[in-house]
Amino acid sequence: MTRRLGIHLIAWAIGLIWLIPFVGIVMSSLRPQRELIHGWWNLSPFTLSLDNFIEAWNHPSAPLGQGIRNSLIVVIPATIVPLFIGAMAAYGFLRFRVPFSNTLFLIIVLLMSIPQQMVAVPLFRFMRDVGLLDTYTGLVLVHSAWALPWVILFLRNYLSTLPPEIEEAASLDGANRFQIFTRIVLPLSVPGLASAMALQLTWAWNDFFMALILLFDPDKLVATQRIPLLRGQYQVDWGVLTAASLLTMSVPILVFALLQRYYIRGLVGWTLK
Amino acid sequence: MARMMQRRRIWHHPRVRDGLAFIMFTGPALVLIVLFIILPAVQTIVLSFTDDTGAFVGLRYFREVLANPDTWNIRRFPPGIPPWGSLVHNAVWILVHLPLSVALGLILAVVLDKAWGATVLKSIIFLGMVTPMIIGGVIIRFLFDENAGIITAILRGIGLEALGRTWTAYPETALVALILGSVWLWVGFSMILYSAGLATIPREYYEAAAVDGAGPLQQFWHITIPALRPVTLVIVAMTILWELKIFDIVYTATLGGPGGATMVLALQMYFYAFRALQFNHAAAVATLLSLFTFIVGLWFTRTMRT
Repeated sequence: MTRRLGIHLIAWAIGLIWLIPFVGIVMSSLRPQRELIHGWWNLSPFTLSLDNFIEAWNHPSAPLGQGIRNSLIVVIPATIVPLFIGAMAAYGFLRFRVPFSNTLFLIIVLLMSIPQQMVAVPLFRFMRDVGLLDTYTGLVLVHSAWALPWVILFLRNYLSTLPPEIEEAASLDGANRFQIFTRIVLPLSVPGLASAMALQLTWAWNDFFMALILLFDPDKLVATQRIPLLRGQYQVDWGVLTAASLLTMSVPILVFALLQRYYIRGLVGWTLK
Repeated sequence: MARMMQRRRIWHHPRVRDGLAFIMFTGPALVLIVLFIILPAVQTIVLSFTDDTGAFVGLRYFREVLANPDTWNIRRFPPGIPPWGSLVHNAVWILVHLPLSVALGLILAVVLDKAWGATVLKSIIFLGMVTPMIIGGVIIRFLFDENAGIITAILRGIGLEALGRTWTAYPETALVALILGSVWLWVGFSMILYSAGLATIPREYYEAAAVDGAGPLQQFWHITIPALRPVTLVIVAMTILWELKIFDIVYTATLGGPGGATMVLALQMYFYAFRALQFNHAAAVATLLSLFTFIVGLWFTRTMRT
């Protein structure tokens, strides 16, 4: 019994240690700068205020409120588009046998390994030439393309667990392939789509590099791009910086909290089967 | 009439119909992938082998990049202090971060497996993975800051005055701070995968082993570890890919500094391309980095299939 208790205590001690950095940023975001000079763990005096959040939200050179709005404008289509297109492709790869489709699939899967830096310069030039540089449309298209390899791999594995008999019954009833896909396959794959959505929302929101090279109008910058700009001129203003960090983190944390089961299944699903 | 019938028959031939359906369903995805991944990646390869006039120059840019102390500065390697060059920094990152992440993830998964409130504890540890890495860099800076940081305060408290300075501001400590911080951020990944892996091991294995007189440590060594081999493989591959691609954390925590002491390949590529406007050298760095990640990806897909 005492050994059991020991395990629980160790587990909770680890959990608390892991939480300390987050406690630190919450504490310093909620307190005025003058109280933080001797560290956020000094609790006297202790004044709570939302000033840091208000200052970060309306910051004169990099207002985070605008950044969060811009991030939403990018992330919502950058999740819907690859989910739909990726689900179609996953279905195509699973159901229709054509020569070399397996090789093609393997190439797409291998694309997951290459870093974004590999496309940066040509992508910048291409976007400039087609007039999509510094536009949300351009960034949405790039995010969609980069999400597709994983979405296709994940959803193909998911769809392969669905029984094909249902589709066969529908095709006997005269439904065409696209109708079978939208009316039968998509509704049946809602759990898989929820997993892909949870992860893609987080990845697109957390992205920094693609936004860094493709968006540069100060009014268009997304939330993650504004974090490095909020550091303060001579001295780091930890109050504002941590408040901005918390606001930017809150969206992926909310997605994780609401869709936790799907999130973890998305992460684990394709590895263990 | 007969010819039209024949044409219709070809149209309805199962293989042709499957081919058309395949194109219709995968077409949009393939167009996006080709336009925004494959084509620019191929152009980057071309850029790394040709000069501004388009003439083929062989490995010239690769040689220049590798001869540059930005990339390879091995003479300063221990006992000297960083900068050791981006390539060496990435390698050190893998050598330190990989074993720590794998071992800690496994220990946490096992310890938390039967603890009270395991779900809450796992969520706390997983928070680092949910956090945007650009903020991960902010948090690392914050933890190791001379005035605001709790780690430096603790170290001063136990008498280690020399480690009480802002770690990210000095070449001796900046790389260590980033690597340790990145362990804290990434361990949630290996822990979650190991937790899922533990749940797939049948209870009977342990019961049978206990009947045979195996203690907890023996059970762990002879049942748990071998059963988790496939998960370990996934974790190792994904972790190495992440370590090679590291960018955001360094960007906010140090911007590769001080004096290049935390420069990594991905950030070096960005500086070459978008600050120095040396597109060919940037392309060579990107191609080199992709070569490494591609080898890991290839190794991973091959071992997963067998």
